[in-house]
Amino acid sequence: MNNLKKQLLAGPYLIWIIGFIILPMITVVLYAFTGDDGHFTLEYMKEVTLHAHMAAIGLSLQLGILTTIICLIIAYPLAMILKSFNFKHQTFVVFIFMLPMWMNFLLRIMAWKMLLAKNGIFNTFLASIGLEPLHIINTPAAVVIGMVYDYLPFMLLPIYNSMVRIKKDYIEAAQDLGAKSITVFFKIILPLTMSGIVSGIVMVFVPALTSFAVSDILGGGKILLIGNVIEQDFMQGNQWSIGSALSVVLMIFVLISMILSQIFDKDEGSVATW
Amino acid sequence: MKKKLINFKHISKSYGDNLILDDFNLYVRENEFITLLGPSGCGKTTTLRMLGGFETPDTGRILFDGEDITNKPANERKLNTVFQKYSLFPNMTIAENIAFGLKIKKKSQSYINDKIKYALKLVNLDGYENRSVDSLSGGQQQRIAIARAIVNEPEVLLLDEPLGALDLKLRQNMQYELMRLKEELGITFLYVTHDQEEALTMSDTVVVMNQGYIQQIGTPEDIYNEPENAFVADFIGHSNIMDGIMIEDRLVEILGVKVPCVDEGFGTNKPVDVVIRPEDVELNTDMKGFMEGVITSIIFKGVHYEYDVMANGYEWLVHSTQYFEVGTKVGINVIPFNIQIMHKPESSDEKAVEIDE
Repeated sequence: MNNLKKQLLAGPYLIWIIGFIILPMITVVLYAFTGDDGHFTLEYMKEVTLHAHMAAIGLSLQLGILTTIICLIIAYPLAMILKSFNFKHQTFVVFIFMLPMWMNFLLRIMAWKMLLAKNGIFNTFLASIGLEPLHIINTPAAVVIGMVYDYLPFMLLPIYNSMVRIKKDYIEAAQDLGAKSITVFFKIILPLTMSGIVSGIVMVFVPALTSFAVSDILGGGKILLIGNVIEQDFMQGNQWSIGSALSVVLMIFVLISMILSQIFDKDEGSVATW
Repeated sequence: MKKKLINFKHISKSYGDNLILDDFNLYVRENEFITLLGPSGCGKTTTLRMLGGFETPDTGRILFDGEDITNKPANERKLNTVFQKYSLFPNMTIAENIAFGLKIKKKSQSYINDKIKYALKLVNLDGYENRSVDSLSGGQQQRIAIARAIVNEPEVLLLDEPLGALDLKLRQNMQYELMRLKEELGITFLYVTHDQEEALTMSDTVVVMNQGYIQQIGTPEDIYNEPENAFVADFIGHSNIMDGIMIEDRLVEILGVKVPCVDEGFGTNKPVDVVIRPEDVELNTDMKGFMEGVITSIIFKGVHYEYDVMANGYEWLVHSTQYFEVGTKVGINVIPFNIQIMHKPESSDEKAVEIDE
């Protein structure tokens, strides 16, 4: 096949990339930096520093980091346990964990709303064993629970993939050289799963940071994340310029976490993609 | 005689229904280069892994210097293993790999540095301290794996087909290096391979195994020249293995012809296996010898020609430096000393000598 034909084949994808990724991003940047008169302005960027906006950004970072840490704490030991199963069981259990991912995430979040509601299943259960009901719904805790539930597979998969790729030989070689289990873990298993951990962190942190639907449903409109503010600016307030400015700030955070992951994950060849 | 350092006593091991070792007994003397030789599935690697501490026998004990180590964890044993696939830690430099065992033993940094230098010199890779594992060739990685094991000054070095992945030339070089290391270090080597040439070149003692049973233990010369059964004869180089009948002492019937030999004590008119090495068969055009045949194929092998000779319904394998055309009628002769007579397998554990085709 000659070069021209190859380029023609790439055409549709090029149009897709330009039309649905590059152009919208340029539009957002333009909205963020041009005033009503069409001139360059930093006015909207200044508005980002308003207290309400900063609070939303702060809360987003806080909940995003918390969600990521909780996902990591759950997923890492889980991946180790999964690895210790024999192959047939491994595939089955991983399948079970992936199953919810195939349902629409809004449905899953609605289900959590039912579970955590004031008179929901969780509190009914607490009452039946004589405990005080907990007020989880419409708090940051509910948002974190929802996000952890939603994003856990994104943490589990890359870690599990990097974990199963560790050859048994490495562990036996380490034991052979006198290493106890704890040394094997810190010197061999942890470093060799680092690429999976970094992938997992990015895969959870970025969507958690930009999330707005989860906080909308489980926060009952009381928890304002940066995503919620942007959504309101576009959908309700008709303040596209401020929404765009906030989006640009958000994109910068996303970019920073992507760059950090690249730095931490030196051996690019073995990035645990999935 | 040097003392017995390792003793396998009545070891049995099976995976599911698959019996790997059955009442396996073997001792290894101090400073011996002992090789377990056999086809895949013969139990040689399982034996090594039990000694390394990665498998536990179902029954039987393993003694190390008199101490029962059967259930001792791998990290407490005074031996080190060089694995088949090198298994260098990819997240560490060469120096860090070599230092791994020493750091665990909490040796001083200066001691560790000295040892790294010494070990790299020993395996002819001076100056490779800060290289990454990926940047090394297979042969270099294997030498680092050996260096990583020997800096711990193990009493026994276990090697699990360490040269299997290397090309021929490199393999031969590594064989000499291993022999040199054994002389320099004065430690015991337990080597596992399916390559008979490797086993014969390096070992003090060769243990030929098949289907979980030891077929023969001996020096490389014993194993090659005096195979005890058809399996050993076939596994160690190519051989002509024929059914024969021991007519009386020093007389055997092969392919309907009575031939003088040197073996005694087999009784009279007993069925036996007869082994004749291809290089021991003499061909001539004067029709001298005990049998006549026709050359059916010829392959030039460099040092010699390899012939197939059809005689009395059997296709003989013959190595000769003399040239004969295909179709030539030749006389076949073997001097009595080069005719090996072996018992037919009788008991159950001897069934393993039957050659898998």
